[in-house]
Amino acid sequence: MNKEKDVLLKMRGIDKKFPGVVALSKVDFTLRSGEIHALMGENGAGKSTLIKVLTGVEELDGGEIRLSGIDSPIINKSPQDAQAYGISTVYQELNLCPNLSVAENIFIGREPKRAGRIDWKTINKKSKEILEKFQIYIDETKPLENYSVAIQQMIAIARAVDISSKVLILDEPTSSLDEQEVDKLFEVMRQLKQQGLGIIFVTHYLEQVYRISDRITVLRNGLLVGEYETSKLPSVQLVAKMMGKELDDLSTLNKDTLQEHMEDREELLEANNLGRLGRIKPFNLCIHKGEVIGISGLLGSGRSELSRVIYGADKPDTGELIWKGKRLTVNAPIDAMKAGMAYLPESRIDEGIISDLSVRENIMIAFQAKRGLFHLLSKKEQEEYTDRYIDLLQIKTSDREVPIKQLSGGNQQKVILARWLLMNPEFMILDEPTRGIDVGTKTEIQKLVLQLAEKGKSIMFISSEIEEMLRVCSRMVILRDTAKVGELEGSELTQNNIMRAIAGGGKHDEG
Amino acid sequence: MMKVKQVLKRVTKHSLFFPLTCLAIVLIINLIKTPTFFRISLNNGVLYGYMMDILNRSSELIILAVGMTLVVAGSGGTDISVGAVSSVAGAVTIFALVGSMSSDTYRMPYGLAVLLGVLAGMVCGAFNGFLVAKLRIQPMVATLILFTAGRGIAQVITQGFILYVRKEQFKYLGNFIPGVPIPTPIFIATIVVVITVLILKKTALGLYIQAVGINSKAARLVGLNSTLFTFLVYTFSGLCAGIAGMIITSRVYSIDANNAGLNIELDAILAVAIGGNSLSGGKFSIAGSIIGAITIQALTTSLYAMKVTADQLPVYKAIVVIIIVMIQSTELKRMVKSLHHKFLCSRERRWAK
Repeated sequence: MNKEKDVLLKMRGIDKKFPGVVALSKVDFTLRSGEIHALMGENGAGKSTLIKVLTGVEELDGGEIRLSGIDSPIINKSPQDAQAYGISTVYQELNLCPNLSVAENIFIGREPKRAGRIDWKTINKKSKEILEKFQIYIDETKPLENYSVAIQQMIAIARAVDISSKVLILDEPTSSLDEQEVDKLFEVMRQLKQQGLGIIFVTHYLEQVYRISDRITVLRNGLLVGEYETSKLPSVQLVAKMMGKELDDLSTLNKDTLQEHMEDREELLEANNLGRLGRIKPFNLCIHKGEVIGISGLLGSGRSELSRVIYGADKPDTGELIWKGKRLTVNAPIDAMKAGMAYLPESRIDEGIISDLSVRENIMIAFQAKRGLFHLLSKKEQEEYTDRYIDLLQIKTSDREVPIKQLSGGNQQKVILARWLLMNPEFMILDEPTRGIDVGTKTEIQKLVLQLAEKGKSIMFISSEIEEMLRVCSRMVILRDTAKVGELEGSELTQNNIMRAIAGGGKHDEG
Repeated sequence: MMKVKQVLKRVTKHSLFFPLTCLAIVLIINLIKTPTFFRISLNNGVLYGYMMDILNRSSELIILAVGMTLVVAGSGGTDISVGAVSSVAGAVTIFALVGSMSSDTYRMPYGLAVLLGVLAGMVCGAFNGFLVAKLRIQPMVATLILFTAGRGIAQVITQGFILYVRKEQFKYLGNFIPGVPIPTPIFIATIVVVITVLILKKTALGLYIQAVGINSKAARLVGLNSTLFTFLVYTFSGLCAGIAGMIITSRVYSIDANNAGLNIELDAILAVAIGGNSLSGGKFSIAGSIIGAITIQALTTSLYAMKVTADQLPVYKAIVVIIIVMIQSTELKRMVKSLHHKFLCSRERRWAK
């Protein structure tokens, strides 16, 4: 079925540069008719850039795109051009108008007209026919917002297919759907596939890739890793390819750094069935004193979400938290903070730094929030604390009164760390503490984590870099598709095991 | 020489440098145009003079600007209802005193009536705060409700009449207390400013408000209740509007629901901006806003002194305001800097030749 003559779309040697970054370099991509082709890669691999180049959102800097039936390479300057060639996209954030009717949404921008006026009758009739093809039986005259996200997604697909039906791009279509809705979507996808469409499926859910796709193209750091038939690529290898590690690349990491004195460890925190709908499925987790627990999984697997429900950054809607043997109700972060937790958020800019405030104020703010409104620390105390931590963490700043936004990323991160160290917390959640900061600071932060653990502090460490996790963590929780799927400890902690667990424990290994 | 330059740089870099310069320029122009401008004389036991007049008249604006500064800092929005709210507060007080007929006798103790008026202002502020903090309605829209409805509420209270309080004692608050040479509004404004600054300095409130105003998500994660502080700043702004309403009504010993504090909210916002505060929230300076308020009033008074009529006033005021705002624009500063740099470069090149 997948012979060369069925090739629908050929992208060859695609280059795309953004100021300061090469987003794509010599990437090839081939789509055949009647296939579902998964496009995989971690954050920043170049998936979305490739899609944008194909759909004309971005212009390519080099290479060519060919479509079957057209002799010369095609150039898309806008999504409209791409649509004219039969390439349409359904984005993760649906580009539909929730307050317009279903039928209006299907025909918006191309309404059939009669005598200069919009022909509503035809619009409604045709919409009904189109939807029935997808086995969707709804009132097409009702506003779109009356229907679930899943239905809206189908409507977006129906609209895309009705406009042009050669190449359909689905960008993260399942991220907001529940399991039954996913099943329904997959049915529609199979139906379209049988009609000879080529579907490009962008997702980070491994399990779904194996359920629905025929082929997989993996990108990493803007480079093509390879194109594989899904049935011939075990999921462990897929993960390895996405992360750029070979399976037999057995790490010879120094095990001394791992905390091995865990015999008499004391329980600090326990999560029972804690979860939040749509973000992280209910999980059980136990954290001991003096351990560094890693949370590992692919992007979107629920790493940050897990930590957020513990700290109360997102309020959990099920389960309970036990803190030092007692039930702890966390309504807002202040409750967790008062109990002795600290939280370094994933996005330093959006949720960490308070940009216009000085280094001193940024360091003092959490401590001051805990002390309360009426117990303002004197200027002298504040300066002493600030200077101590600037010194301790070697924060490079010309003055403690400099606004934090003027510091480099690594130094900003150190300020946030100082903010929490000052609180002397018993449990610290560090979500991507080393992302986007220089190598030197990175090592310093890793060392600091180990020192803290030695002093009996517990740390939850989240990072997308496996080496880093192996260096600091004594135990690892593995997440997949927003659920906790396992834990690894001690000698089990190897790169291979982790990748295997992330990929789904041998479920797809045969084949 | 080097030292002088450094000191000069420190002075010009100070956040209050531009607001103060603007005020100074307005005053100097006045001095040239009206030589008697700074003269203060004692007539009938009270102080007279343009300067006294400016300080006196800017009192309610200062009070409103203090409240507005915190609203801007804590929410990155503005409270456009303060003029209408001061009208409501005035209406409540006068209605409490004399009922729905102008009169020369009080129905209840004066102090209680003032308290009720100020409280009414606070309730209005709390309503704004609820809309903005809890329901997350945009500040402009949320306060637009009382901006339009506030005067209607005041009308309902006064039943459409202009109510007068024909009692000498009622005028004390907005004019002079017998035997005291300084206008009472200046005292009230000073008290409001001092108490506010004390609270901000002695508690962590200033830090909290700034943190919430700059990054409410980060503020929440360090344990601050962002909703509460947003609510508080609007309530405080309502309180300030209530106090300002007391002065406004006492000045004319009456309440005209349609005209009490008309358009003063715009001057209050302007005072905050002229004071060098960013209207997008965060870092703030109460001192800057006070200077801004005095500058605006100085401008009005001096234009009157130059015999500009009331209906032409807005045009001249607008011109000066545009200049002041332009001087403070960082973009303009950058442009001037790059022009200066270009000039220096070309001169160097000429030297090289």
